[in-house]
Amino acid sequence: MKIEELSALEVSFNRLIETLLIKKAENEQFTVKLSSERSQFTRFNHAKVRQTGCVADGWIELTLMADQRSSVRQFPFTGNWELDWQLAYSALQELRDELILLPIDPYLVLPSGTNTSREVHSGNLLPEEAVVSSVLEQVNELDFTGIYAGGIVIKGYGDSSGQKHWFATDSFTLDYSLFSTSGQAVKGTFAGSDWNKSAYIAKISEAKKQLELLARPCKELPRGQYKTYFAPAAVADLLVMLSWGAISEADIQQGNSALAALSRQEKQLSPAFSLKENFQRGLVPRFNELGEMAAPELPVIEKGLLVNTLVNSRTAKEYQKTANGANGSETLRAPEISPGNLVFEQILPRLDTGLYLSNLHYLNWSDRQTGRITGMTRYACFWVENGEIIAPIENLRFDESLYRFWGENLVDLTNFQEFIPEVGTYDSRQLGGSLVPGMLVENFTYTL
Amino acid sequence: MWSELKKAIASFDIPADWIGIRAVKETSTSRSVRDGLPQTNGKSFTVGAMLEVLVNGCLGYAATNSLEPSSLEAAAQTAYKQALAASEWWIHPFRESERPKVVGEYKSPFLEPFDALSPGEINDLLVRICQTLKVDDKIVQTIAGASTIERESWFVSSNGSEVYQKILSIATHYGATAQDGSIVQQRSNNGSQANCYQGGLELLKQENLWHRVRQIGEQAVELLTAEECPTTRTNLVLAPDQMMLQIHESVGHPLEIDRILGDERNYAGGSFVNKSDFGNLVYGSPLMNITFDPTVAGEFASYGFDDTGAVATREYLVKEGVLQRGLGSLESQARAGVSGVACARASSWNRPAIDRMGNLNLEPLNASFEDIISGIEHGVYMESNRSWSIDDRRYKFQFGCEYAKLIENGKLTKTLRNPNYRATTPEFWHSLIQVGNAENWQMYGTPYCGKGEPNQAIWVGHGSPVCVFANVEVFGGGS
Repeated sequence: MKIEELSALEVSFNRLIETLLIKKAENEQFTVKLSSERSQFTRFNHAKVRQTGCVADGWIELTLMADQRSSVRQFPFTGNWELDWQLAYSALQELRDELILLPIDPYLVLPSGTNTSREVHSGNLLPEEAVVSSVLEQVNELDFTGIYAGGIVIKGYGDSSGQKHWFATDSFTLDYSLFSTSGQAVKGTFAGSDWNKSAYIAKISEAKKQLELLARPCKELPRGQYKTYFAPAAVADLLVMLSWGAISEADIQQGNSALAALSRQEKQLSPAFSLKENFQRGLVPRFNELGEMAAPELPVIEKGLLVNTLVNSRTAKEYQKTANGANGSETLRAPEISPGNLVFEQILPRLDTGLYLSNLHYLNWSDRQTGRITGMTRYACFWVENGEIIAPIENLRFDESLYRFWGENLVDLTNFQEFIPEVGTYDSRQLGGSLVPGMLVENFTYTL
Repeated sequence: MWSELKKAIASFDIPADWIGIRAVKETSTSRSVRDGLPQTNGKSFTVGAMLEVLVNGCLGYAATNSLEPSSLEAAAQTAYKQALAASEWWIHPFRESERPKVVGEYKSPFLEPFDALSPGEINDLLVRICQTLKVDDKIVQTIAGASTIERESWFVSSNGSEVYQKILSIATHYGATAQDGSIVQQRSNNGSQANCYQGGLELLKQENLWHRVRQIGEQAVELLTAEECPTTRTNLVLAPDQMMLQIHESVGHPLEIDRILGDERNYAGGSFVNKSDFGNLVYGSPLMNITFDPTVAGEFASYGFDDTGAVATREYLVKEGVLQRGLGSLESQARAGVSGVACARASSWNRPAIDRMGNLNLEPLNASFEDIISGIEHGVYMESNRSWSIDDRRYKFQFGCEYAKLIENGKLTKTLRNPNYRATTPEFWHSLIQVGNAENWQMYGTPYCGKGEPNQAIWVGHGSPVCVFANVEVFGGGS
């Protein structure tokens, strides 16, 4: 998106807030959330283009609150004032008509505070017409599949108490897999705000080396328990589960959390395991749906003990807790697992005999109350003997409790971390990612 | 809408071989209550257009949330440039025949319009469901929710297509959490968000609603003192609300031709099925008959035409255990050279169409539920999905359910908690030994079938009778 277009959207968004402030009745409060993007999505298969196109999207979420009731309207935001205001005004009228019909909400939180922020991160992305050739020229002899997603993403916020936030970032992600003729694959992501050709070439060269290892015949392993090294991308997959019925204070209070036993101090994790929210990298907005700013850092698990859950203002009001700027769903937005002491060169020697897993796939709770997670190994996963990679493996299903692999069975974490970018594009391009080390675990349970 | 879209196509100044516009207008509402108190009340409106342009065999797209003529023109230019930029690297030379001319319309059947009840009346109903679920002090949480969608789409093309579809759908959900010390159990109405249908507000109050609500509350409490599901190999009887997930994950996804062609390998995965398997592979036992059927009235993913204009018809995917055809759109059929169905669908105007499963149903045979149970000496009967995971080739799976009963000597006996089972897809479908009849055939759906790059969550419907699988590995919870 050109700077002028971005500026026009911001002007239009600000005008919308200002006009709503004029139109609102004395007993009314509102919040306005904006999500907008101009994205190119180019999808690859067999080092060819499968689908390519651009999406210009944007929507406003207007929440009106009055007399201890609230309701929401979501509608398109185009930057064309006449169109956008017509939709906004009609939404406001509809909300007024609806509110009087709704039950009272005792835990409704009204916007307050005076937070404002403005961050615009410009980038140096590939021109739209150069994406295909720039990506494919480096991989045209390989079985390359994946997606390039790039462009500008905007998140905005305004409310009736005068808070206002604007976050715009120009970025791209290239999420890809390189397949061997036997169907084994190496997974990679290349992401940032500046397309760096030499860094991309280096990434692909590194992946090619792993691809050579995958050419060896596959080893089929029987079910059982194996010492396992999880590369950072696999650790990030396990970490995501904490945002799905675990780390949320509401989930703990409502009997829906895998960390309830940790919260009750019936169990604890390894002293080597520490997790925090770290917004200092600036890749995601710090403000939430009420315009509240999260602290730059929030320790969550320290040396195996739960020191903070994610608490939003609504949960805080309901359960008499202190809010800490969490979002509506109380999910991790900028998670970081602290590094340990395992140096890169020692990963295979310390593993000795067992499994080296680059990635995992399709995780789910198999028994949430005991923290048990099932899922599959996927991409560049190897059998290791005496510190040497012997062969790629046939994928295995695991079923194991986080109280074991982040608890008594955690051997060590690597002394380096990797940033695993968020590449999701449901509804819109997601931002941010996880900063995580690799980890070595004893007796990880494989079941099929 | 017709005249604006046709006028737009006629006005575009681009040398394209074919141009299509798919405009979508969708209004959805979502209301939910927890412990009798409101959680969400809202309405969402989206409108936009997906423009596709075919140039020298290459398709490019651009999507815009403004239907102004200038925005459509800009999108057409962008789509044209996208196609041109990819022209040397295109995976397949597409032709106009993959976008045939078609004219027609489809509308969901319904009895009561969505405004037949006010937002306040809907909230009242949800509050009453929560109150009725709380059958015991051990119920620590109750939830109830309802959402509606009214979706209209218009598809026009430079070769004369004009398709209008209007889909009304409604999803309801309720459930209870029971707790006794560290033991926590959840029970819901057929699993998370499984009651999804096309129709109007008449679907909000299903037959025997209040009996069912009370039953869900009682079963949540019952699970607190139930035995853990045993770890053993035995006969597994699956209710239709779990068969839904079983069909979806281990039949639907592996038969998607775009997966077989490798499009999804970087995200959702590939398939253990190969192109050469169509017409040959014995997928399961001879009792297995699976149809792709967009014609079932009221099923969640019924439609008249897919999003590229292909006419939707009922087709057998698996007949008497043998794989017949795949879930592949006209584009995938052209690329793979195998038969498919009308299944190119997009989640909204802002995503391109890809192969999706629509309604996928296991056809009934002749066994009553009583006959099925009475014929089993030992087994486990499971209801309502709560956990799902399957590998990228759709081969090794593990699923868990909310509620189970032990079957001993032809009778349902003890209630079991934390029931799970695992197997490989071919082994499992070959172990199908009994299929229920039309009386125990039920249909469900989900709005959350995820796939595609960029990602798309889409609505699918699944119907099935009760089924019996022999010698399946089952197990319970615990660390």
